[in-house]
Amino acid sequence: MEVLGYILQQLVNGLQLGAIYALIALGYTMVYGVLRLINFAHGDIFMFGSFVAYYLIAKWQMPLYLVFVITMAATALLGLVVEKVAYKPLRGAPRISLLITAVGVSLFLEYFLSLDSMFTPNYIAFPRPFDVVAYDLSLVAVTNIQLIIFSVTAASLFLLYLLVYRSKHGRAMRAVSHNQETASLMGINVDATISFTFAVGAALAGLGGILYGFAYPQINVFMGIMPGIKSFIAAVLGGIGLVHGAVLGGLVIGVSEVFVSAFLSSSLRDGVIFVILLLVLLFRPNGFFGKRREKV
Amino acid sequence: MRRQLRTTGENELMRTRVLIAAMIFLFGTGLAGAKETVRIGLISPLTGDVKTFGESSRNAFYIALEEYGKTGKYTISPFVVDDRNDPTEGANGALKLISQDKVVAFVGPLTSKVAIPVSEIAARYKVPMITGAATNPKVTVYEGKRKPYVFRACFTDPFQGYVAAVFALRDLKVRTAAVLYDVGNDYSRGLAEVFKSTFEKGKGSVVAYESYQKDDVDFSALATKIRLKKPELVFIPDYYNKAGLIVRQLREKAVNCALIGTDGWDSPELIKIAGNTIVGGYFTNHYSPERKGKIAERFIARYREKHGSVPDALAALSYDAAMILLETLDKLKEPGSEQLTNALSQLKNFQGVTGVISFDKNGDAVKSAVILRMEKDGPRYVTTVRP
Repeated sequence: MEVLGYILQQLVNGLQLGAIYALIALGYTMVYGVLRLINFAHGDIFMFGSFVAYYLIAKWQMPLYLVFVITMAATALLGLVVEKVAYKPLRGAPRISLLITAVGVSLFLEYFLSLDSMFTPNYIAFPRPFDVVAYDLSLVAVTNIQLIIFSVTAASLFLLYLLVYRSKHGRAMRAVSHNQETASLMGINVDATISFTFAVGAALAGLGGILYGFAYPQINVFMGIMPGIKSFIAAVLGGIGLVHGAVLGGLVIGVSEVFVSAFLSSSLRDGVIFVILLLVLLFRPNGFFGKRREKV
Repeated sequence: MRRQLRTTGENELMRTRVLIAAMIFLFGTGLAGAKETVRIGLISPLTGDVKTFGESSRNAFYIALEEYGKTGKYTISPFVVDDRNDPTEGANGALKLISQDKVVAFVGPLTSKVAIPVSEIAARYKVPMITGAATNPKVTVYEGKRKPYVFRACFTDPFQGYVAAVFALRDLKVRTAAVLYDVGNDYSRGLAEVFKSTFEKGKGSVVAYESYQKDDVDFSALATKIRLKKPELVFIPDYYNKAGLIVRQLREKAVNCALIGTDGWDSPELIKIAGNTIVGGYFTNHYSPERKGKIAERFIARYREKHGSVPDALAALSYDAAMILLETLDKLKEPGSEQLTNALSQLKNFQGVTGVISFDKNGDAVKSAVILRMEKDGPRYVTTVRP
């Protein structure tokens, strides 16, 4: 019985991590869908979200709901700016140029924000404007932080689903993902749609940043690198370009990481993720939900 | 036409007077003792994950310079380098100090992971270095052989890990322990190993011995794993930023047993990161600000006056390291690296803020350790353990 409790507890831990990875992975997958670009700067947009939330809570003592709204708006804005400045001018260029630019934006965000006049390269304690409460449910213990993460993520996914599958904007996004030229022939403003996609993806990353700050209260300018890579792998795992793929991928990666740490060794947790990536690319390069045959 | 200023005879007299005046001036300058300038460096993590260590160290270094300047024979020209607690940055910084700034000696680095590569550089370029706080044995010894030109003003980790384990067994009377350490950090790993072997020699049992990586933030899996094993103590030999994060998550997962840390915990940031979860945790350290003694009290008062806070162990050790360097330098006729190194290797019974320091054959200081306990308002002294 205790073993079952232990496994369930680790599962809960894994889902907590996985939910945050899912939020970040959504940004990767949506941007890839419309632009066929892997936005390597996405992890740093996530980091930016954490820092904005930190300043709002620590320096301006904003009520929580405002923190969420403003942070997501700020990261969406950053996403838009990055798109307009770095990616749009390269719309017709070969994909490798876009990829290199994305790496460049990532490095720029990291090192520019690490300046002493900006966020500084130091590790900052993220303030938690509420106390941790643990709820003992006999088999497992769940903290209020975990509940917040699960509920906020679930709510966002539901809203995203409504957006992508039940709204005109969503239809435009899906159309542009299929074929940009045809979409524009149908009267869709491709530029606006792409910008909108970036904004939504970035806002989700910002949300992930806030939740991550609550769960692991220490932020640093380079904190987005590892989660960014893992979320990217999660998006690939689920099928890049597919929203449900990103969610599944995120949860799988989160749970795998925690299970490896729990049952094998904590030192292997990062290594295993990359092994998973290798296996996915070898056997199902289009991801779990992706098409069986066609190469990406 | 202006008449000649002076007759020939008067010219000669003038010239002689000027000559005498010039000679007096030159000799006078020598006699008045225009102090010779000696360049001393400091390598310290002023930014990065352990920046409070660096700031303490730099503050203490300048207080030491000020203290030395009152009676010292030489004028010290200081050069400060930020190593960001990164071995590569530290190595680059050391090279800059040695080849560009041409320092005669330097203080630091503070952390073992930076001090180990930098000590290689010091040995290679024959420039003496004293580290205030790097405790890993590999800083002064490589494969059993002493590295020349490297000294340390603090005790080493084999002693520190031993102290922690003995305190756990004897004073806290625990029989089972879990150990969490950073696999990529020599300091953390070295301490974990020593603790484990000492604890087991003392009939204790290490029920969990888990490693993690430098960038890990999610310890929920490890915390849950440790909870399953039900140890009476968790030993966390890491720097304050990681320790704070780990302790918080341990408590969140209801791991409520005793905690012991090491000198890396000594930072005002620890309680900010961990909050109340760290209260009641013990850690081994080099000194306590409650220490009595003329030298310690004077340093603590001056530090308080200048910086508004009580100096932590990193400050006290850096001060001692710097003063050892400066006072040894002062006794030399020639302020050169070789002479300084020879004099340093013979250092005995130096009265420092952190205790009486003598260098053993490895350039390590033989000193006592203290145990401190984290309270809401900072660490409190518990007991001293002698070598």
